[in-house]
Parts: sequence; structure tokens; C-alpha cells
Amino acid sequence: MVSQSVPQRPWRVALFATCLVDAFCPEVGEATVRLLRRLGLQVDFPQAQTCCGQPAFNAGFRHQARAVARRNLEILAGYDYVVVPSGSCTAMLRCFTPELFADTPALAAQAQALAARTYELSEFLVRVVGVERIEATFAGKVAYHASCHLLRELGVKEEPRRLLAQVQGLELVPMELAEQCCGFGGTFAVKYPTLSDAMLRKKLAALQRAGADTLVSCDSGCLLHLAGRLHRQGEGIRVLHLAQVLQPTTEGP
Amino acid sequence: MRLATEAFVTNAERALQDATLQQALTRLVNNFVPRRLEAMAALGNAEELRTRAREIKAEAIAHLDVYLEQFAARLQQLGGQVHWADDAAEARQIIASLAAQYGVKRVVKGKSMATEEIDLNAFLEQQGYEVLETDLGEYIIQLAGETPSHIIAPAIHKTRQQIAALFHDKLGVPYTEHIPEMTQIARRTLRQHFLQADMGITGVNFAIAETGSIVLVTNEGNGRLSSTLPRLHVAVMGMEKIIPRLADLPVMLKVLTNSATGQKISSYVTLITGPRRATDLDGPEALHVVILDNGRTRLLHEETREALYCLRCGACLNVCPIYQNVGGHAYGWVYPGPIGAVLTPMLVGLDRAAHLPRASTLCGACREACPVKIDLPRLLLHLRHDLVQTRRVSPVERLLFALWAWLMQHPTLYGWALRAAAWLQTPFARQGWLRRLPPPFAGWTQFRDFRAVATRPFRQRWQETLRHEGASGGETRHG
Ligand code: SF4
Repeated sequence: MVSQSVPQRPWRVALFATCLVDAFCPEVGEATVRLLRRLGLQVDFPQAQTCCGQPAFNAGFRHQARAVARRNLEILAGYDYVVVPSGSCTAMLRCFTPELFADTPALAAQAQALAARTYELSEFLVRVVGVERIEATFAGKVAYHASCHLLRELGVKEEPRRLLAQVQGLELVPMELAEQCCGFGGTFAVKYPTLSDAMLRKKLAALQRAGADTLVSCDSGCLLHLAGRLHRQGEGIRVLHLAQVLQPTTEGP
Repeated sequence: MRLATEAFVTNAERALQDATLQQALTRLVNNFVPRRLEAMAALGNAEELRTRAREIKAEAIAHLDVYLEQFAARLQQLGGQVHWADDAAEARQIIASLAAQYGVKRVVKGKSMATEEIDLNAFLEQQGYEVLETDLGEYIIQLAGETPSHIIAPAIHKTRQQIAALFHDKLGVPYTEHIPEMTQIARRTLRQHFLQADMGITGVNFAIAETGSIVLVTNEGNGRLSSTLPRLHVAVMGMEKIIPRLADLPVMLKVLTNSATGQKISSYVTLITGPRRATDLDGPEALHVVILDNGRTRLLHEETREALYCLRCGACLNVCPIYQNVGGHAYGWVYPGPIGAVLTPMLVGLDRAAHLPRASTLCGACREACPVKIDLPRLLLHLRHDLVQTRRVSPVERLLFALWAWLMQHPTLYGWALRAAAWLQTPFARQGWLRRLPPPFAGWTQFRDFRAVATRPFRQRWQETLRHEGASGGETRHG
């Protein structure tokens, strides 16, 4: 399963695992680490990291978001790249963290520097590493859910699909509303459950129509949301992070 | 318009249960969204046009005072009158005095969100004037005694059957569901009123500073009739409607009609440059333009200014997953959808509309659709920050975020907290899932199971296994 086509690189990559992966889907973090190492990269997980600060930022608690985000400026400094298995948290590090520190020049400069080195996983693999042939096999019909921040904050549209297309045995099926929000929205899902669920149901109906047996996305937030509803309904559709498809791992949660 | 923004959640839930509304919304989405996408793609240079349109609005709003003065001066030279209204009450007073001054009895109206905003119809009716909406959608809404549910398609929430019954009931015509016939019925009734009206009230799509012209964009020609047939034409415009030059108009028209209805151009574009001149065959004797502030100057602050770039095209409503599910009435005031969630709190006050900026996933579909690229998610975030700053969030939420922030700054404690949570949840977890969460998180498990905290969180796996894999095994491949 090793991609020999990719030359070895001296880059040091920091994994920013995200708090959701840390707490709820550690297997996504594992798959990401192994995948990056398989591509010849040196991967470190700076252990002082916790969260990108987005929950507070999105809820309007900028002061708290700043306190949490500020730590990342130091923790993630000194690496060639920071790779994040989440479009949303990448958007926080790349787009919103600099905005949070815009009024403090020294911190703003650090935030800009961090922003410039931070990549979401699929984007990193395609745009930076230049992966063109990933050696992985997966048996199943896969629908891809484009998460909102990945698509509309980072402009990453084709990269995940291109990677999925390289996986042997994987059939990528088109899904209506693939680029429509699943209704997660962080605390939104808790504060406005009926609205959130109305959006979720539309998404899952599209998934059913697509005839997929697996749903893949690049954001654990969406995945937990979608999987939570599927599990409640007793539905057998698998829900996986892109990293888990590119780097199947044997260990469960 | 009555303010029902506080009841957003109840209204939204009712809307979700309303099968007729849901059908109407599906129709709207299936119709408007692809039409706009196709039209924008066909333009070939949509991106460029949107950027240019945004620049034009940015320039207009950055020098709003200058351009408004220029517009007013030009219009006065042309024989028109300009009135400045600080708020809704003043605007209504101005219009009522004009009606009195000109001895008006009957009023016809073109479609205008600004007059909805100032609740003009009810006021004029109270004063004894007969007021008739002449845009077909608005006319239907008026007959039904309702309010618009969409910026450009006010009666989108009504089915053909409902409208047929309404016409039968209110106009005493034989029941018909045949659309051309229904249109004929409305047209016949409206024509009569156009000929009798003394005063025509319209909105304004653009006001051109350079020439003192106002521009009306319609598909039914009712705007043109309302502004030319009656003796007196009163146009009500939000102060943000200004554009600097006539040369800016083509770009603005293109992005507006393509975004609103997917049309290259609307059926009617009316440029009105002053009242009737001696050589004109028709037109009103007098033209009065009411320029409405009603809270808009408060938005001029750098952070919120771009909300004033809005052209009221409605594109952001059509793509918004919240609007698509609950429709316009749930928002509780004139402006629904993403732009409503931004404008309403800014215009009526955060106190009364605190739900609106919160009830969004910040998915960004609105920004992607907006012809002037208004960063609506950023504005929603700005308002959420305002809600926190002005202590309009619950003490529980404040406490939770304070605790959260503290924990997230202490990674060791955070690691322990993860283990503690994993241990505490054991009696409740079934195969890695929780069926119930306690308040204030119970909303999640109303419809979804919640993934239990991993028994071995990632940081532990790193520490115990992954870290070492990196130093040996396959890692000999490292450069
Ligand atoms: S915010 Fe943009 S998309 Fe929404 S109505 Fe205004 S101009 Fe149209």
C-alpha cells in the first residue's frame, strides 16, 4: 500500500489533529499520521495542542477564541507545514486566526506566517506533495460530501475527489446536494436542533438516492453529525474520513 | 410591518411542519437556483462583473453623503423634490403630507421593500386612502392580508389553488386555477385602479447621483404605470440605493437581473429623470423622492458597511439552507434569509432579533451567490460577537465557554478531562454511541446519536504507539 511514486522529503510536518479527532475519532488522526509517513514525511504531533478555537469564535466569544488560538501560534511554529484533517479547523487557522489578531501587529505577523504554512489534508496532498497515485484499495460505492468551510472558505473542491478517484476498487458516485450544508454548524446543531435536522434529512435523502454504501468527507464535525443520524436510524451506511479511505487502519475506536 | 423576530424558533418549527409551504419552497429552490447558475455561467465574465459591481457599491457607500447630495441637487434642478426621512415614522409622515397636499384619494403602488419596511400601506389606509399593490405577487399578498415571504417573489409561499380561492373569495370571480386567466383577472382589476389613481408610490432599484435619475426594474410594467399614470409619483428609497454614475448602471443591472431571476435583463427597466417636462407626452406632474435612513447610517461603520451594498436580488435567500427550510415569514420582519439575518438585527436592534444571526451554520452559500460578494457569514459572526459583548447570551453559555477556554489552555488537564469523560460515560455508552445527552447539549440527541468519547483519545495513542512508529519500522524511508 506504499506509494513509491512519491519521492522522500525532508519536510517536518506538524499534525494539528483537532479536538474532535482527538476526542471522538482518533482513528482519523492515526490514519493521517500513517498516510503522511507513508509519503515520506516526518510527522510530529505537538502535544500541547488542543483546539483551534473555532467553537468560541463562531459563537461570538472572540476573547476566549483568542486565548485558545494564541497558543497555536507558538505550538505550531517551527514546522515546514501544519496539516489538518479538517477543512473547518484549517479555515480557523488560516482565515480567522489572522483576523483575530489583526489589531496586534506582532501576533498578526505570527498568525500570517502560520496561515501560510497550514493546509487541509487533501489540499496538502494534492497541491503541496503533488500526490498523483495513491496506493490504496477500497471496496465500495462512495459519495463525497463537500464540507462548507473546505469548499467555500478554502476553495478546495476537486482535491478530495481526485484522491478518491485514485483508490483502487472505489466507485465514486455522484450525489445531489453534495455541496449543500449538512446542518452541523458546531453549536448550531445543539441550539437549533429542528433546523439542523431538517438540513440533515435532506442531505441523507440525497445520499440514499445516490445509492452509495459509504459517505466520505474531510471534516469530522460533519461526519459525526451525519453518522449520528444514520446510527439513530439504524442505517448501515459507512461514514468515513478521507484519511481512513486513503490509509485503512486496522485499529478501531 | 409587525415585528415577530423573537418568535423565530416557533415560527421556524411551524414552517417545517407546513406541507404546503414546504412544497412551495422546493419549487422555489428548483426553479430559482439553477436559473441563476445557468445565467451567471452564460455571462462568461460573471466573476469580473461581480467584482466590478462590488467596487461600484463600495465607492457609493464610502462617499454616501457626497453622492446623495449630488443626487438630490440634480433631481431638484430637474424639478423633482427630495425628502430626507430619519426613520419610518418620518417617512410615513412625509408621504401622508404629500398625499394631503395633492388632494390624493387613491394610491397605486409598485413593488417596494422600503415601503414594507416603513409599514406604509396600513398607515395610509388608516388615514383614509385607498391603497392598491400593483405587482401581482404583492397584490395577492395584499388581498390575503399577509406579508411578503421573499424579496422578489413575495407570494412564493402560496400555491396556485390558494390564489384561485383567494380571487374567487375576494374579487367575486368564478373559480379558476388557469394561470393565464388568473393573470387576466388581476390585470383587469388593476388597470381600472391605475387609471383612477392620483398618486403612485414606487421603490427605487438604483438612484444615479450623476444624473438625478431613479431606476425601476420590473417584469410586469406595473412600476412604469405606477410612476407615469398618476399625477403624483412618490419614490421611496433606502439611502444605500445610490450609484455614482449612469455608466455604472449596465453592470449593476446585469448582476441584479441575472442573480434575481436568471434574466439577462428584466422586461422593464425604467429610468426616471425628473417629473414630466413640457414636451413630454405623459408622466406625473410632480416627482418626490423620499430618502430613508431608518438605521442605515448606523451600518456605515467599517465593519458592517458592506451590508449596505445589497441590491435586494434575493439570491442569498434561494441558496440558504435555512431559508429553504423555513421560508420568509419565519424571520419575522421585512427582510428574510441571510441578508435579513444581518439587516434585521442591525435595523431593529439586536435585542429583538438575537436568534437571527445565530440560526446559521455559516455555510457560506449566500456569499457565493451574492452579486456584490457581501461576506454575509462574516457579518453574522460580527453580530454574534456583538451579542456576547453586550451580554445578550445566556449565563450558562458564558460559563461553558469560559470553562472551555480555560481547559483548552491546559493540555494536561484537557487530556485528563477526556479520560474522565470516557470513564463517566461508560454506564450510558452502547458500542461507542450515546443516545441521550444532558442539557444544555440535549438538542443534539433529539435527532442524532452522539459519538462517545474515545476510550483511547488520539493524544494517548500518539504517546503510546504512533510516536514510536515514527522513529522505527517503515520510517527508514525518511530523508
Ligand atoms: S445580500 Fe447579496 S444576494 Fe442577498 S439580496 Fe442582497 S445583493 Fe442579493
